[in-house]
Amino acid sequence: MSDVANTAAQVAGPDLSVILIDISVLTMMAITAIAIARLRSLFALVMLSGVYSLLSATWFVIADAVDVAFTEAAVGAGISSALILGAMLLTVRVAKEDKPLKRIAPMLVVVITGAILFYATIDLPGFGDPDSPANSYLAQEFLQRNYGDIGIPNVVTSVLASYRGFDTFGEVGVVFIAGVAVALLLGFGERSLSASLKKKKGGEK
Amino acid sequence: MKTDHHVILRVTAKFLIPIITLYAFYVQFHGDYSPGGGFQAGVIFAVGIILYALIFGVVEALRLVPATFARTLALFGFLLYGSVGVWAMLNGGLFLDYDFVIPEGPDGHWGQHIGIIVIELGVLFAVAGSMLTIFYAFAGRAPEIDDEDW
Repeated sequence: MSDVANTAAQVAGPDLSVILIDISVLTMMAITAIAIARLRSLFALVMLSGVYSLLSATWFVIADAVDVAFTEAAVGAGISSALILGAMLLTVRVAKEDKPLKRIAPMLVVVITGAILFYATIDLPGFGDPDSPANSYLAQEFLQRNYGDIGIPNVVTSVLASYRGFDTFGEVGVVFIAGVAVALLLGFGERSLSASLKKKKGGEK
Repeated sequence: MKTDHHVILRVTAKFLIPIITLYAFYVQFHGDYSPGGGFQAGVIFAVGIILYALIFGVVEALRLVPATFARTLALFGFLLYGSVGVWAMLNGGLFLDYDFVIPEGPDGHWGQHIGIIVIELGVLFAVAGSMLTIFYAFAGRAPEIDDEDW
């Protein structure tokens, strides 16, 4: 705590209200996760995973990662819920009940991983610590030279689009290839749709 | 016409879909100054169309945004992004070096601005088109949603 006190003027520790919001959001996330693990109805599962994404987006906002929160809300809560809903319509509506003994191994994996992660948090730098490795070297450099290099106030955009433009090009390629792959596997949609409509009109078969 | 079981849903969606689409464009063109950019905007735009498809039926959505258009849009966006890089190369720079997008002095930032806006447009087109293609691929297989399934 003593070396944190030097920088206390810049980094005020979280006050009680922030801690209360943190605890309540994380509790809701934990409850949602337990509900997801216990439910069998796929429709409820899709909705709950959307709720989980929205809660984690809220959590990212609290942690000041607004861009990540935005992406999580749009992709996690928005489009993946809609896409999984579309995929769910192709299958049954209720997942099979699994045997109680089969649940032990996943439970062990989860508990051990959780314990390791808890142990790892002891070594993490304080939240928002300006001397932490993540905030010291490259991040400092980009924050300082960004406006002179690019002339755009939002550093996230300039890093994403300009400094790492090649990387983003690859990401767009991945999204495009995913679309092509799904279309190649499942068909382009309008042809199979017209086929299924014809089938429906012609009665059975 | 279908039965009117979901009249509240329909009216609310009709009200919401234009706002969602408009918000996507806000996220797109304000990305230089606030959180967001092509990825988020493309996803939000696609969600607006998908919401339309879920409520008014996939056939109606296919009339609004044909599947051919969606996949052409995805390809066009990807190529648009790449062509900015090639354009910078033709002007004597490296691939995707936006300082060479337009000729200007060493302190000018218009090349960076224009380059970023064009590649973000490419990201928007590619993401929105790919997401709609994926959705159509799933939705085209499924039978129309029955009333009991809601």
